[in-house]
Amino acid sequence: MSNKIIEKEYFSDKVIRFVVENQKISRSRKAGNFVILKIGEKGERFPLTIADADPVKGTITLVVQIVGVSSAKLAALEIGDCITDLVGPLGKPTDIELKGTILACGGGVGVAPLLPIVEAFKKAGNRVVSVIAARSKDLIILEDQIRKWSDEVIVMTDDGSYGRQGLITAGMEEVIQREKIDECIVIGPAIMMKFASLTTKKYSIPTQASLNSIMVDGTGMCGACRVTVGGKTRFTCVDGPEFDAHEIDFDEMLMRLGGYRAEEAVASNKYFQK
Amino acid sequence: MSLDPEYLKSERSQEWRTALRSKIKNKERTAIQRVHMPEQAPEVRVKYQDREVNLGITAEMAALEASRCMDCVTPTCIEGCPVNINIPKFIKLIENGDILGAAATLKETNALPAVCGRVCPQEKQCESRCFYVEKMNLNSVAIGHLERFAADFERASGTSNIPKTAAPNGIKVATVGSGPAALSFAGDMVKYGYDVTVFEALHEIGGVLKYGIPEFRLPNSIVDFELDNLKKMGVKFETNFIVGRTASFDDLREEGYQAFFIGSGAGLPRFMDIAGENYNGILSSNEYLTRVNLMGANSDNSDTPVIKGKRVAVIGGGNTAMDSVRTALRLGADRAMIIYRRSEAEMPARIEEVKHAKEEGVEFMNLCNPLEYFADEKGMVNRMRLNRMGLGEPDASGRRRPVPIDGSEFELDVDLVIVAVGVSPNPLVPSCLPDLKITKWGTIVVEEEKMQSSIEEMFAGGDIVRGGATVILAMGDGRKAAENMHEYLQKKVSNPTKIN
Ligand SMILES: Cc1cc2nc3c(=O)[nH]c(=O)nc-3n(C[C@H](O)[C@H](O)[C@H](O)COP(=O)(O)OP(=O)(O)OC[C@H]3O[C@@H](n4cnc5c(N)ncnc54)[C@H](O)[C@@H]3O)c2cc1C
Ligand SMILES: Cc1cc2nc3c(=O)[nH]c(=O)nc-3n(C[C@H](O)[C@H](O)[C@H](O)COP(=O)(O)OP(=O)(O)OC[C@H]3O[C@@H](n4cnc5c(N)ncnc54)[C@H](O)[C@@H]3O)c2cc1C
Ligand code: SF4
Ligand code: SF4
Ligand code: FES
Repeated sequence: MSNKIIEKEYFSDKVIRFVVENQKISRSRKAGNFVILKIGEKGERFPLTIADADPVKGTITLVVQIVGVSSAKLAALEIGDCITDLVGPLGKPTDIELKGTILACGGGVGVAPLLPIVEAFKKAGNRVVSVIAARSKDLIILEDQIRKWSDEVIVMTDDGSYGRQGLITAGMEEVIQREKIDECIVIGPAIMMKFASLTTKKYSIPTQASLNSIMVDGTGMCGACRVTVGGKTRFTCVDGPEFDAHEIDFDEMLMRLGGYRAEEAVASNKYFQK
Repeated sequence: MSLDPEYLKSERSQEWRTALRSKIKNKERTAIQRVHMPEQAPEVRVKYQDREVNLGITAEMAALEASRCMDCVTPTCIEGCPVNINIPKFIKLIENGDILGAAATLKETNALPAVCGRVCPQEKQCESRCFYVEKMNLNSVAIGHLERFAADFERASGTSNIPKTAAPNGIKVATVGSGPAALSFAGDMVKYGYDVTVFEALHEIGGVLKYGIPEFRLPNSIVDFELDNLKKMGVKFETNFIVGRTASFDDLREEGYQAFFIGSGAGLPRFMDIAGENYNGILSSNEYLTRVNLMGANSDNSDTPVIKGKRVAVIGGGNTAMDSVRTALRLGADRAMIIYRRSEAEMPARIEEVKHAKEEGVEFMNLCNPLEYFADEKGMVNRMRLNRMGLGEPDASGRRRPVPIDGSEFELDVDLVIVAVGVSPNPLVPSCLPDLKITKWGTIVVEEEKMQSSIEEMFAGGDIVRGGATVILAMGDGRKAAENMHEYLQKKVSNPTKIN
């Protein structure tokens, strides 16, 4: 298990795709699974979704957005470098079945984890309509790959620099008004998932959201990743990462994402000044 | 095992031991005061997360303490030790000046003596059964301190003897997890000649010894030294490998593994399910200790953050609670409080840890129970509401049940809360083995004498079987499992139709 980086591609200056050697994970992963990485002796453990895998070549694909120290440390690695620690596949895989029409919604870097799910739903025989959104054109990623596995794709940008102008919920509304949706999946920033799930709740469309809580071990050992779903505390890493979006307490989730903001800001300042 | 009376008798009747017994009269031996473990001063040690509190006894102290032991005809102390260390033998070797011999005696039955000498609850185990306590109402022989002394001496001498291993038999076996249960299992199996691989989900080997118990009580370097010995004996280690996820049991069977030892521990933290418990600044002891011990979050050059609370409340009264509260002190807390719903007499923590915590200035709020947490506008905990408890009738465990006292509610300002109210068995392994029998608490059912589960080639031990125990009980399970798995595999080998 070398964890060697064999491909690196910039989607934008903040979003990068890596192909990493790890034969075992490439074979055992399913759509919806994630890995935990650690870079360097003193690195922190942080989660990334497995965006794709090639069991023949023994590789997995990760797409990372630079938001702080750990994501920046990964982004600084080059082809030939090795990721110090990489463990997975973690989390419950997505429940993929023939359901009819799937509305797949991805915001920002959330399109990366959405891709394997779109592919799996399509392969299971579903009609898939995807809505992908970002603040502006240069932040729209993986559009071609999403198109490959979707019957239709709607692109939304906040500023109208590409696709249609508006929030992801506008694109979702349009599809929902037009045709019967059997299930919806949303992945993206927590705030986007909150509003996307409010939209589908209005129409009583069963919806799954894939949560990006703060994690440490990823094996159910620490409880850092806890969220309230249907009034009960659940651990995102072992009970999720996907949950019934209409039952998730998004406000609590948003609050918990800020749990280490002060410490992260200090670390960021230190790292980026160097 | 060493409990065998014939073995004990033959060892005891060796010439050197007889001579040693007659050298000093028992009356003189019992007149000696129990050794006092030298400690770092409380005001110094609270500044360092990574400096051991107990400094270890000197050779002179050890020799004197060893001479207290009367080398009893019926050494009841051995019965108090879950791995039945030949206690009088190792102690008499110390008295005789053969410290390396003492260390070798410890290793006959205990793969990690330097660890056990530090963390065993001796007062409940070996030392509670010492003649001094049972028959004379005196302080017991300091078995734990002597064990630590011999193990540390051997490590420092650089002549650590690697136990002999049988010729390799080419049979592959694996452990799930790398805590004390799995490590002692691996040590014994490699001695029998098996090809042993230890699979660990985290990036470090050692289980709770690494991620849970802090440096000031058990330095990682000591665990690493023991791991090195296992490596030299031929045990293979694979970190970042979750059995059941990274590869399934079937995958591993295909790779040739013939049998498994499940030592996956009791890693699932419990919360109390009270209002406000998911606010920021409220975390499980596992999260807090993992951030500090495994990830080094207390040091400046670590990327992992940790909240350095000023008014820290730790809920619980076990070892985990003591480790958390003393860590909080070392990370700069002004007030570090234990909030425990029973009284000190019921505390499950080692007595020494409670004593050390008190010396360091931890406040004990016993007979108190949290009811609710409050937070500031950012969701950061800032206050909690509690009530006081009285002790009612004894419950099933024989401990008096705490009952809330009406009208006793009060509030406390806090900026960090660590919940240390227990753990549940890690459900990962049972969830991927539908045929595995488990109890309603999620622990794996084993045949007690053999540690064999309902799946014949799977043995289990430690916290995943006991729900939560001690390092030495986990190790005892690992040894028992090794002995019985060895027997099981030898039968299978001599009846090859059963092997694919
Ligand atoms: C199951 C799961 C799958 C994910 N998949 C992807 C992915 O495919 N691509 C991607 O770019 N990001 C993904 N994330 C988010 C990614 O883990 C965080 O962006 C990353 O850890 C931030 O670390 P940092 O040090 O760069 O930033 P920091 O400065 O530490 O933090 C910036 C923000 O990131 C979040 N964060 C911080 N630490 C963690 C942590 N240990 N775990 C989770 N979130 C954290 C917090 O909201 C924080 O405010 C995923 C998260 C989860 C839980
Ligand atoms: C903070 C703290 C302090 C303690 N203090 C003391 C003390 O002073 N004295 C004492 O005697 N006892 C103490 N204990 C209890 C003692 O540590 C445990 O009883 C003992 O460690 C149990 O050992 P184990 O081998 O069963 O499992 P653990 O030590 O829990 O190790 C299990 C390991 O298995 C790994 N694992 C789980 N699932 C998988 C999988 N599917 N694949 C691969 N790996 C997996 C886990 O990551 C973990 O590393 C303490 C416990 C804690 C938490
Ligand atoms: S292993 Fe523990 S119980 Fe056994 S003799 Fe040593 S300290 Fe006592
Ligand atoms: S019971 Fe006490 S005095 Fe007797 S052999 Fe054991 S340690 Fe020594
Ligand atoms: S990340 Fe630790 S329990 Fe989920």
